[in-house]
Amino acid sequence: MKNKEKWPLSPSMESTQHISLKKQYALFIDGKWVAPNSGKYFPSINPADESHIADISHANEKDVDLAVRAARKAFPSWSGLAPSERAKYLFRIARIMQEKSRELAVIETLDGGKPIRESRDIDVPLACNHFFYYAGWADKLAYAFPNRQVEPLGVAGQIIPWNFPLLMAAWKIAPALATGNTVVLKPAETTSLTALKLAEIIEEAGLPKGVVNIITGFGDTGSALVNHPDINKIAFTGSTNVGKIIQRAIAGTGKKATLELGGKSANIIFDDAPIDQAVEGIVNGIFFNQGHVCCAGSRLFVQENIADKVIRKLKLRMKSLYVGNPLDKNTDIGAINSKEQLKTIESYISIGKKEGAEIYQPACDLPKKGFYCLPTLFLHVAQSHTVVQEEIFGPVLTIQTFRTIDEVIQKANNTPYGLAAGVWTDKGSRIFNLTTKLKAGVVWANTYNKFDPTSPFGGYKESGFGREGGIHGLAAYVKLS
Amino acid sequence: MAKTISQILLDTPKVDKVGVEERVARIQTRSVKGPSKSQGLKMVLNMIDLTTLEGKDTQGKVRQMCYKAHHLHDAIPNLPAVAAVCVYPSMVKLAKKELRNTQVKIASVSTAFPSGQAPLEVKIIDTKFAVDNGADEIDMVISRGRFLQGEFQYVYDEIAQIKEACGKARLKVILETGELATLDNVRLASDIAIHAGADFIKTSTGKIQPAATMQVTYTMLMAIQDHFAETGNMIGMKPAGGISTAKLALHNLIMVKEVLGDDWLTNEWFRFGASSLANDVLMQIIKNESGYYASPDYISID
Repeated sequence: MKNKEKWPLSPSMESTQHISLKKQYALFIDGKWVAPNSGKYFPSINPADESHIADISHANEKDVDLAVRAARKAFPSWSGLAPSERAKYLFRIARIMQEKSRELAVIETLDGGKPIRESRDIDVPLACNHFFYYAGWADKLAYAFPNRQVEPLGVAGQIIPWNFPLLMAAWKIAPALATGNTVVLKPAETTSLTALKLAEIIEEAGLPKGVVNIITGFGDTGSALVNHPDINKIAFTGSTNVGKIIQRAIAGTGKKATLELGGKSANIIFDDAPIDQAVEGIVNGIFFNQGHVCCAGSRLFVQENIADKVIRKLKLRMKSLYVGNPLDKNTDIGAINSKEQLKTIESYISIGKKEGAEIYQPACDLPKKGFYCLPTLFLHVAQSHTVVQEEIFGPVLTIQTFRTIDEVIQKANNTPYGLAAGVWTDKGSRIFNLTTKLKAGVVWANTYNKFDPTSPFGGYKESGFGREGGIHGLAAYVKLS
Repeated sequence: MAKTISQILLDTPKVDKVGVEERVARIQTRSVKGPSKSQGLKMVLNMIDLTTLEGKDTQGKVRQMCYKAHHLHDAIPNLPAVAAVCVYPSMVKLAKKELRNTQVKIASVSTAFPSGQAPLEVKIIDTKFAVDNGADEIDMVISRGRFLQGEFQYVYDEIAQIKEACGKARLKVILETGELATLDNVRLASDIAIHAGADFIKTSTGKIQPAATMQVTYTMLMAIQDHFAETGNMIGMKPAGGISTAKLALHNLIMVKEVLGDDWLTNEWFRFGASSLANDVLMQIIKNESGYYASPDYISID
């Protein structure tokens, strides 16, 4: 997709011959595939070329009720099962996922638009690791919470976003099952397929029926789940707006909640940083998964005396990024997840221009069909620009300069969000100084967007509450006494 | 203008090893297939400095290697020749004679290769001897001991003097990165070599392990990138030692493409120092044309 290359890279397409997809997907309730009560289906579209992949069931309130009832019915025997037996099921799911990792990666890319390099090397392996990790905890809860009585909460309603469909399903399901809860999970409407493949894997693993139920649909389906009276816990990852709606809906009901919401995270480069690796970190921070990352390093702060150099290097690096068909193994930036999201991003880009921010996009041909957005920089912006304040959820980076440490801490914290931050410096003491002062759930030092099942993840302020991953992730699914 | 040592020390950026490893790992996920693979393999052949640097080198061995240099595999028409042969100064005259009327350049190591533990006067005589015998390129080694002692000015001046002794011959400066130990040192030594007058910077002698790892080559390519951004002057790069497979060579080319751009993808600016790489690349080219892997016995060893 680049011009005037002496040695262009030939397309290297991942094969799609080996995957198996149904034309139409029912709901996975009580261990069975059941047609939706609504009788309605909606298409799942490949955002890379707008082709139709499969039809997905649109669950209504009755379907949600069926799923919650199934989960409730399964709860006593599942929570009463010997913990080591629960672990066996989780290990089994993890292993089958590994066996099918190639298929899962291809479907994730087809359905969501993310580059195959990422779904193959990051999403799917991490999702498997979450199951392995929490399988290990299932019979060791007494050690996770010493001297406490540990009980599961009951039925967990889980609603996950479209940016990491399989990974988020794993983040939610694995700790819930390990602690003895049963689950009703709703994937996002644009990316239901890998959750449904996971349902097939769960079926193959022989998990007792009703322990995991997967229902598909839109916001109304999610709303029915949140408002169902027999749910004990809501785990939600998604936008801050929806998070607030959920918080209001469950107020006074006694339902527990963890909310993992939006972010506008600061990535801070000091003048003593390893500059070329910092530039890589900027690229990984904002262009990973087309910027559809809640913890994306979308606000860059560069110390003023090295700003010109960093920006020059960043622009040069952006020229070597491949934007295009996500199934090409060499693609760095794939397709935007949906038409709606592309519109949102484009509207922010035009707001940025209107507000007078200097824009940079590398020259690059985009595919004619599908939803694509060039990696974008907004240079010389201020905290007061809209593009600096609001979460764009796309490959758009704002760049501000700073003079002193105090100034950058103040500006980094000057946001309603508090999910993540990055600090780049050669000085260890400076890293620790900043990690204590940055109001963010995760602070990365000399790296960005690193995830691991052993490490807790979550935010504060408008980025939500509760932690997923690590021992902390277990706490979200247990009653302690 | 060339920078002074104090300016170089101020400007040389820190290098984070973990970050470099990640970047390199990502480059190694690039997939080179189809036409770009065929083209890439031929580029690799044309960038090789076919090398023999052993105490047991004889006239016969050098003569055979020189013939191979421009007859890589005559069964396949239109294969390029290698870029150069690389020999000890005592073999330069012979190599020059064997390769007259070809495009293949003569590179000679010098400066008491591989250790560099000799007085400067001896190194200058060594270099002049090779140039007078017809060497087109000089591969010198830096004084690693002096570098590790912190005598950067000495290292800088030595390179500058050898550059002068080279006359018209192009100078490749071998850092022997396996002895410099850290990527911070590799970066600093690269900057010193570039400003002291190197036309090429080169990783290793091939006598010390590790040699041309992708991490080291990446760090050196970044030094070249910065120099080009600051001055507009191109510097060449030569990883040497340890690149013996076509796949690794192609990954190196991808790295050059992404860090420096397609302008560097010619043997004027990029070389592989290798003795066994050519045959592995030939085997891949034969496989590309015929669809099957030939036995190594179908490819000549010289």
